[in-house]
Amino acid sequence: MLGRSANHLYWMSRYIERAENTARILEISQRMALLPHVAKKGASEWQAVLEIAGDVEDYSKRYGDITAAKVTAYLTLDRENHSSIWSTIRAARENAHAERVCITSEMWESLNATWLEVKDLTPAMLGKNGQRDFFDWIKERSHLFRGITFGTMLRDDAYHFGRLGTFVERSDNVARILDVKYHVLLPSVEDVGGAIDNFQWGALLRSVSGFRAYHRVYHDTIEPRRVTELLILNDSMPRSLHSCLDATVALLGMLSADKPTEAARLAGELHASLHYGKIGDIFKTGLHEFLTIFLKRNNALSAEIQHSFHLAA
Amino acid sequence: MKAATIKPVKAKPAAKPAVAKPTAPKVAAPKLAATPRKPLAFDEMTAFAGNGPVTPEKVRDVYRVFAEWQATVPAKEFERKRKEAELLFRRLGITFLVYGKESSSERLIPFDVIPRIFAAEEWQLIHDGCCQRVRAINAFLHDIYHNQDILQAGRIPAEEVLINPQYRPEMQGLDVPGGVYVHIAGLDLVRTGERDFYVLEDNLRTPSGVSYMLENRNVMMRLFPDLFSAHKVAPVDNYPAHMMASLRALAPGGMNNPTVVLLSPGAYNSAYFEHVFLADQMGIDVVEGQDLFVKNGHVFMRTTKGPQQVDVIYRRVDDDYLDPLAFHRDSMLGVPGLLAAYRAGNVTLANAIGTGVADDKSMYVHVPEMIRFYLGEEPIISNVPTYVLRNDKDRAYVLANLDKLVVKEVHGSGGYGMLVGPAATTKERQDFAKRILANPGNYIAQPTLSLSTCPTFVSKGIAPRHVDFRPFVVTGKTQTLVPGGLTRVALIKGSLVVNSSQGGGTKDTWILES
Repeated sequence: MLGRSANHLYWMSRYIERAENTARILEISQRMALLPHVAKKGASEWQAVLEIAGDVEDYSKRYGDITAAKVTAYLTLDRENHSSIWSTIRAARENAHAERVCITSEMWESLNATWLEVKDLTPAMLGKNGQRDFFDWIKERSHLFRGITFGTMLRDDAYHFGRLGTFVERSDNVARILDVKYHVLLPSVEDVGGAIDNFQWGALLRSVSGFRAYHRVYHDTIEPRRVTELLILNDSMPRSLHSCLDATVALLGMLSADKPTEAARLAGELHASLHYGKIGDIFKTGLHEFLTIFLKRNNALSAEIQHSFHLAA
Repeated sequence: MKAATIKPVKAKPAAKPAVAKPTAPKVAAPKLAATPRKPLAFDEMTAFAGNGPVTPEKVRDVYRVFAEWQATVPAKEFERKRKEAELLFRRLGITFLVYGKESSSERLIPFDVIPRIFAAEEWQLIHDGCCQRVRAINAFLHDIYHNQDILQAGRIPAEEVLINPQYRPEMQGLDVPGGVYVHIAGLDLVRTGERDFYVLEDNLRTPSGVSYMLENRNVMMRLFPDLFSAHKVAPVDNYPAHMMASLRALAPGGMNNPTVVLLSPGAYNSAYFEHVFLADQMGIDVVEGQDLFVKNGHVFMRTTKGPQQVDVIYRRVDDDYLDPLAFHRDSMLGVPGLLAAYRAGNVTLANAIGTGVADDKSMYVHVPEMIRFYLGEEPIISNVPTYVLRNDKDRAYVLANLDKLVVKEVHGSGGYGMLVGPAATTKERQDFAKRILANPGNYIAQPTLSLSTCPTFVSKGIAPRHVDFRPFVVTGKTQTLVPGGLTRVALIKGSLVVNSSQGGGTKDTWILES
């Protein structure tokens, strides 16, 4: 298929996934902010959110100090912020618009309808409670779009490039969410194992739809080590890094069927570290260090995908 | 493109050549298009029976079954079907972009649910006339880019061809596969009487509209399955297959399995949805200039598996923008080196470069002569009598009769840059006269033809509205005219402007099999 078309589909999926994950990050942050303890710590949490999902420099130029309300506004409907939900939905729709030949009409209609609703939203319309509804709605639209894609699209290269975007973006986002919790929100020693810590890890699990999964797998209280194991190494957990890399490797295998590509090799290498990795070793290296390396390798993988398949002219 | 106002053109035998001779009009034309004492137009359903209620004895044979059916259908039902059709079109995304507004917007072309119906013998006339014309034009293009016999014979003034900006010296001496320059032509026909058809334009460059022919039929079959079982309507849905076959047949060197692509200016072009639609139907890629490159005289597209050679390009980009090295240097739509690859015979372009010289409005007047010269036949369908303002006599006549004529720019299209004399104000006519005098060669004029009308569902019920017709002639190893075409309708009462950019709508067109 045309490199330009593949590129559009890859980014279409990445942007949808990014919008969903931004909604998830904001949701967990608002939940955490309800705790008196975190409220006391104040800005540092929202600083962390900005670091995962936005551009701190651009933010401080236009918004000044960091507050929950301002960061939320910046990441939801700010039209100048390229990574706001508003902008990522628009970018997804524009990529889809350019490739209406490659996607099904149901996909186009769904994404276009999402954009038409988001387009004219204003912060006032979201209100306070509306924000939670908005995040739920964004997640739902993303689920819907993926479902339509899965249910209607021919399994050709166009499909595979679209799916590839989903998993490359998802592993990036999940790694970032984990990193924030463990590094920036590093619990003070006396909090570890306490009610507040427990609540925070629970919120983190919920933000990646893993709360119930955790209890199914461990039948026990929430422990940081297990949460990270679940989100990094467990291949049955659909948002875990391992799971994302399973999918990425399979897709790149299909796309590289005619001749081996460097992208497939890189993905295989990264996958092996998760497939054969042990949580004990990860903690020995340090979780933050592990995640930083993962993000770097994941980025390199994305760049190599663009290169191996001639996505950009 | 077209607007014509009313003049009672006496029915001519189709075979008689229409020569543009300035003759003084016998009757002063009405001042305004809306004057009630307009001469009657031929109606597709009732011929010249008048505007009164449609009674069974007035109905032409070809509409008889439809009229009986229509009499049983309440207006409400038509309204319901119209809405349903609109929904279907929106869902299919068959929209077009409108230029000239502050921000261009996506619009639906209004669709009318009442079909335009032709009998088999009417279709035969159209078919033969259009095929004949395109054959002659292809012969003409081959000739002027080779020996120029027609110019040497003095049948067409040489300077009119050679200084025409659409004449491409780059094409001189180049042999194109099969000698086919015009693979797809979308001729615009108008009708004024039972057997009186005229060609208004030949549209030989990148004619659009065929997607509407196909989608209109799709929608009609969904809306009115019972009507289709009561009529023997010739199918149109093999058009993409015909087109694909003819594109493949004319690949360089007659290769077996050529790679065919559609070259589009991109998502912001007004006809982009048609590009996508046709490519989809033919199972080929839509590419933009940036997706192609030329290396060692061959054209390649950038695919995810590396460069892939391209052999046939169905291009929807005008000549001027095809190759920045050869034509407009700042074109972002084209492919540098494409002309060189084309001249080396390594890629087929459909349509060929340089077809525009045969379809500007000043060359149009010579098409009947081309038919005589190359085919030794008389034109089956006539031209509309046309005044060429470069000629002193024609110009004097036109300037004296601006209120009765339609004046068009030679290179204009889409209904822009024209004067509809009878509908214009004195001031508009005076201003236009100045523009003519400043550059007479840029204009032609035609009498305002009384376009036929067709029953159309409008807010007040079913009423006659003026229509034209664009069938599509596809030329490969053989010539095909799929039995159908695009009927455009002026939805405003009395209006003769059918262009979609000016509020015209479309209808499904049925050719009944005998």
